Amino acid sequence: MGKYVFKRIMGLAALLLGITVITFAVIHLAPGRPTDLEAQFNPKVSMEARERIAHLYGLDKPLHIQYIEWLKRFARLDFGISFMDSRPVMQKILERIPITLTIELFSVILILLIGIPIGISSAVKEGSFYDKAMTVFVFTGFAVPTFWLSLILMDFLGARWGILPISGIKSLEFDKFGFFEKIIDMSKHLALPVLVSAFGGLAGISRYMRSSMLNVLKQDYIRTARAKGLREKDVLYRHALKNALLPIVTILGLSVPGLIGGSVIFESIFSIPGMGRLFYESVMSRDYPVIMGVLVIGAVLTLLGNLLADISYAAVDPRIKLE
Amino acid sequence: MKNLLINKIDVKAALKRAAFLFVILVLIGFSPDYGDMIVTGSIGEPRTLVPILASDGSSGTICGLVFNGLVKYDKDLNLAGDLAERWEVSRDGLEITFYLRKGVKWHDGTLFTSRDVEFTYKSLIDPKVRTPYSGDFQMVKSLEVIDDYTLKVLYKEPFSPGLSSWGMNIMPRHLLEKEDLNSTKFSRAPIGTGPYKFKIWKTGERVELVSNHDYFEGRPYIDRYVYRIIPDTATLFLELRAQAVDYTSLTPIQFRRQTETKFFKEHFQRFNFPSFGYTYMGYNLNDFRFKDLRVRQAINYAVNKEEIIKGVLLGLGRVSTGPFIPESWAYNKDVKPIEYNIQKAKALLEEAGWRDSDSDGILEKDGAKFSFTIITNQGNDERRMTAEIIQKSLKAIGIDVKIKIIEWSAFVSEFIDKRRFEAIILGWGLSLDPDMYDIWHSSKTREGEFNFVGYRNSEVDDLLLKGRRTFNQEERKKVYHRIHEILYEEQPYLFLYVPDALPILHARFRGIEVGPAGIGHNFIKWYVPRSEQRYVR
Repeated sequence: MGKYVFKRIMGLAALLLGITVITFAVIHLAPGRPTDLEAQFNPKVSMEARERIAHLYGLDKPLHIQYIEWLKRFARLDFGISFMDSRPVMQKILERIPITLTIELFSVILILLIGIPIGISSAVKEGSFYDKAMTVFVFTGFAVPTFWLSLILMDFLGARWGILPISGIKSLEFDKFGFFEKIIDMSKHLALPVLVSAFGGLAGISRYMRSSMLNVLKQDYIRTARAKGLREKDVLYRHALKNALLPIVTILGLSVPGLIGGSVIFESIFSIPGMGRLFYESVMSRDYPVIMGVLVIGAVLTLLGNLLADISYAAVDPRIKLE
Repeated sequence: MKNLLINKIDVKAALKRAAFLFVILVLIGFSPDYGDMIVTGSIGEPRTLVPILASDGSSGTICGLVFNGLVKYDKDLNLAGDLAERWEVSRDGLEITFYLRKGVKWHDGTLFTSRDVEFTYKSLIDPKVRTPYSGDFQMVKSLEVIDDYTLKVLYKEPFSPGLSSWGMNIMPRHLLEKEDLNSTKFSRAPIGTGPYKFKIWKTGERVELVSNHDYFEGRPYIDRYVYRIIPDTATLFLELRAQAVDYTSLTPIQFRRQTETKFFKEHFQRFNFPSFGYTYMGYNLNDFRFKDLRVRQAINYAVNKEEIIKGVLLGLGRVSTGPFIPESWAYNKDVKPIEYNIQKAKALLEEAGWRDSDSDGILEKDGAKFSFTIITNQGNDERRMTAEIIQKSLKAIGIDVKIKIIEWSAFVSEFIDKRRFEAIILGWGLSLDPDMYDIWHSSKTREGEFNFVGYRNSEVDDLLLKGRRTFNQEERKKVYHRIHEILYEEQPYLFLYVPDALPILHARFRGIEVGPAGIGHNFIKWYVPRSEQRYVR
């Protein structure tokens, strides 16, 4: 097992290096330069001034030199300084992660709490009206554009009825609140984003759960269990569910990078200062160090998530042995 | 009798009390209340609050409240003193002497002196500082500090736009002298001399300022200023609807349709006045078709600007005839927009040799069809719709137009800078000084420079230089009025429109004065009557 993990990690490191080369090349070869936006076409900003800024960013050096310099810093876990506001990239990313992580975690928990029971019950009552109704329900969540649903909910719950705040993560007077007021205030702000994002994610988990459960229910050992005269509840939850949950583990492993990836659309709509927005803004302003930072962290997490899924698979499934 | 006496006394006392109350009421009525908070909503977030590095609008807004320049523009767009009480320009135009206000304090209590101005100037010309504003200060030969409150700026040659460049926000020397300006923490915790003091900046959420009670023009009435960052315009509008945002700007459709309701009329006040900018279609003047003045004039006849303003801005704008702020002294009101006239357009094209010889509805000359592409940037619906209307209008005179929309940064670096376009639709934001050297002078046509249409006119070149060398406003006026005339005649751009600025403000704010400069110029005099204040905690 230890040997396996070591081998995998070595392989992943090489893969990561390849990923950085390709990403670096792609984002630098894309048209546009960071100094374009900085100037915003202000006639008071002369070309000489723009060139000077490009030089101070090191953008006048050949691309491979720029990459090697980036790699040297990266080896020391230094992602460099953002072009936009001259703050360390790491700091910019770290201050964005907590809020994205909070929302994504809550939403994943909600998805699991609702999606898995839906999947199981749909599988058990396969083909029934309930099954069909649930299919429609989860796919509605999947198909409805997030921004549209969010805006409708914000308009009614926020602007018209005033039940929930419209956007942001805290009230303006937050610092003057007491402890419980703060918790209530934050939950109110997070309610809509978490609900909307969970609604969109239900389809995936519940459908996986349903098909995996259906698969298991057709197995011989389930027939055996029923033939033994076990109660249906025991058959379903002790024999079938345990096995049906295995693929879900893989999916959870693969969703790790999503936890900090965030979503541009919805972080923008709800004015949440999360990772999705940071990434989008950095792309639009060609803030290369930040783009690289976010992408590399995303790549690392994806690779680790994969590894984690494989290892945990071995842990829960006795048929699989890692060599 | 006794009763009467008592009554009499009562009456007297009541009268006295009434008079006293009356005086109080009058006083309250005439002296605005302090307090409350204003919440402004913006889709952009400031990048840095080091004023000489800030080039985006959001940073500019915040810096404008926290800092002061030596000079500023007043309500009527005339240059007025800010940190400088007054100034003198030497007869040859080579020296400007500034006399600074005494007793102005930085927000940390230190006295402001001419050393701070010197420091700001030195940072602006320091090649290691990432400032986009070095250009204006290249003309300065030297800056001499005469005493704490007097300084003299020597120019290499007379440079009248230089005066307004001293509107640059002045930074505190005592806090920044030993700092690297590119990476200083000051950029997120600035200390200035302005009407508002920096309080907090929560990344991606808001910037908060509090009023400076010792401000040299008097304490601002509104105690707190919050700049909320709401990147989505639909959300921003909903926040406005919920009265969680007090002040923002509207799009034409929001102005004409969505805020034309009873609710908005009761709770908000809306304004519209010409903004400091114009939208135009620029030709690549090196293109053989657009080299011909008759073609450019024909297009000017064929495009109905009123129709564009009606369709794109819902009427909230005015026809533009030249590159100056319509309300400023530089704008030549005698240049009248020409009429919309398809016949004249067709005649001019015919004269230029463009004929529809194969009757397919598109003109030809020497075997080549008159077909060109208008490029504009993504994310600006007004420009896209303008392009579509032009496309339709030009079809009527036999010109085939294609439209291409490209993301901003790629648009600038691949198409504008490299001159790879036939026509573009863009807008210029205008600074208050009318100097347009960088946009129209024939020397400014290299890659990355702003005369990207390739305009060359020796009279304009001379006038531009003259305008820069003249300080007398009456003289300068003549120069810019002439430039305005020539540019409209020669049509290097198809001047389209000046859109209106459309700010909306919560109804509880009072004291707003609309002038040529808009409404922000007397912000520190805005107030909310105590009974209507919303944020009192």
